[in-house]
Amino acid sequence: MTATGASALRTRSRFSRPSMRRSRRGKPSLLRQALLQACAIGLLFTVMFPIIWVFSLSLDPLNRSRPDGLNLIPTNATLEAYRQVLEQPTNNPISFFGLALNSLKIAIGSSIISVGIGVTAAYAFSRLHFRGREVLMLAILGVLMLPAVATLTPLFVLLNQVQVDLPLVGEFNLRNSLLGVGLAIISGLLPFAIWNLKGYLDTIPHDLEEAAAVDGATGNQTFLRIILPLAVPALAVTAFLGFVSGWTEFYFSWMFLTKVEDETLAMALYSMQGQFTNTPWSLFSAFAILFAIPPAVVYFLAQRYITSGLAVGAVKG
Amino acid sequence: MTVATTSAKAKGKAATSGRRTTRGAYLYLVPAFLVMGVITLYPLLYQVWMSFTDYGIQNLRAGSPAPAFVGIQNYVDVLASQLAIPNFNFVRLILYNIWWALSNVAIHVVLGVAIALLMHVKGLWFKRFYRALFILPVVIPPIIVATVWKNMYDPDYGAINQLLALLGGWFGISADVFQIDWLRQIEDPIPFIPLPLAFFAMLVTNTWLGWPLNAVVATGALQSIPNELYEAAEIDGAGPWQRFKTVTLTYLRPAMLPYAIYGFVITFNLFYLAYFMSAGGPFGRTELLVTQAYRLVNDQRLYGVGASFAVIMFFILLVITLATNRMARATRSYEDL
Repeated sequence: MTATGASALRTRSRFSRPSMRRSRRGKPSLLRQALLQACAIGLLFTVMFPIIWVFSLSLDPLNRSRPDGLNLIPTNATLEAYRQVLEQPTNNPISFFGLALNSLKIAIGSSIISVGIGVTAAYAFSRLHFRGREVLMLAILGVLMLPAVATLTPLFVLLNQVQVDLPLVGEFNLRNSLLGVGLAIISGLLPFAIWNLKGYLDTIPHDLEEAAAVDGATGNQTFLRIILPLAVPALAVTAFLGFVSGWTEFYFSWMFLTKVEDETLAMALYSMQGQFTNTPWSLFSAFAILFAIPPAVVYFLAQRYITSGLAVGAVKG
Repeated sequence: MTVATTSAKAKGKAATSGRRTTRGAYLYLVPAFLVMGVITLYPLLYQVWMSFTDYGIQNLRAGSPAPAFVGIQNYVDVLASQLAIPNFNFVRLILYNIWWALSNVAIHVVLGVAIALLMHVKGLWFKRFYRALFILPVVIPPIIVATVWKNMYDPDYGAINQLLALLGGWFGISADVFQIDWLRQIEDPIPFIPLPLAFFAMLVTNTWLGWPLNAVVATGALQSIPNELYEAAEIDGAGPWQRFKTVTLTYLRPAMLPYAIYGFVITFNLFYLAYFMSAGGPFGRTELLVTQAYRLVNDQRLYGVGASFAVIMFFILLVITLATNRMARATRSYEDL
């Protein structure tokens, strides 16, 4: 199923005509090759430089607060920074895993909910005919156009009005909770999920559904048994993109959350790099690497699917 | 109901699927619209109401009095740059924001295409290796890119100044020259261009971040060009430059233009660099609309003003979206190639 989906994703791309038969010109001369290699290596240097810099900083021994020069592996290299970051990255009494768990809750919750309820709406927009279809789709596009910051003020005020006295938890303010931040993220993620999934569902041929209808499948059966399995790759890509935006979310969590136990990775990163704090750079770098690795690895491995989905998404806009 | 009638009915439905209205469609829409109604549409409408009030920190507490209605005062204050906060100039903000997006996208597209062409040369060694590593900036979350580059621009210990000092050392330039305060220097680096050094520093960072995806899109377009076209052009006596102009560019344009528009909107609203690297400085001159909007509510706690600012932003983005859609439509005919 994954393979079918993968080829479907690729056929969405307009660039997929494999029309290369043989090379037009012969191989470049040795001089030309050397020049081209020099360009490519120069580029590679600029791409890799920040990554290597952070990596080597993270190995710096802790007793120095600032790096002393450009060394790939600093003198007395140590993994001590990683140990300390995992234990307690900032002055707040919360470990890396505590922060990661909060980010994870926000990321998983908002991406699953937005994809789960987004896909049914996307199905309706792609396959069913109903009054007001164009107007509603335009409304979704209109919301999609807005950056997350545009809904910051009203969401802050409205979520802040939800304050209840719970029997066990005590005073609960929806604004000052991971749940509230998750809701704020979903408000921006859901239109994106609907639009992206609709774009994908539009590319699934109608033949299968018609065959299913001939065999007596109802609308719901068609959706559950035919469309959903075919849409798995798009669901995965949309969920992953939602996950990354939740994992690195900053504006809502920074403004909404005040309790230490709710702090997220992005909030900790910001407080570590502030110009008035004295966080050693090795700690900051180790933290940045640990923070970046989970999405980066998935991105890197699933790049082909994600970039083709993104590029076509952009074309559809 | 027998199976036969069901399938006959379904067949009929399938045949007329172009016109039928499904009542069940609304059921599929209910969950999404319930959620969007509560957490997206209602807040947006509420924001419009807020923008006409002096909603402030005193109105936040439950049971506090309703904010006073002030009419279009907030809008007037924003548009006329009359806010009681430092370094706020609405016209400068918009002009800078447009320039920021335009200059970045132009560089991304040109560089992306140039590098895609370089990587498209037949027989280039280690092509797959380069292509795999060139995508790295894309996979790193932008918040981390911004904070790491901020450290790299540190005047005393940053990588950029150290690298420049190293290179300068080869030419006998003293390392003291390279104590550049990239993100906070007040004097403009180029006297007759009113742009702070922080702009150029962030332009470099965003270029690092932005060209790889453009190169991916351009590579896809380059691979779709049939070789016969080049051969035909060669037979017709076209030189290398003419072949590039008539064949390569013709194919690149329909692929790159929608992507450039997408990039423009993304860069226009790019929060992370301006917020984390320059913090809008020096004197708010590298502030973008999104970071200013965030500062109005997060730092200044001016909820009413922030709401009106967001409404104004909505109209600016609407104009940009409509204009770019027009541009995209104007080139749509190329897509049928």
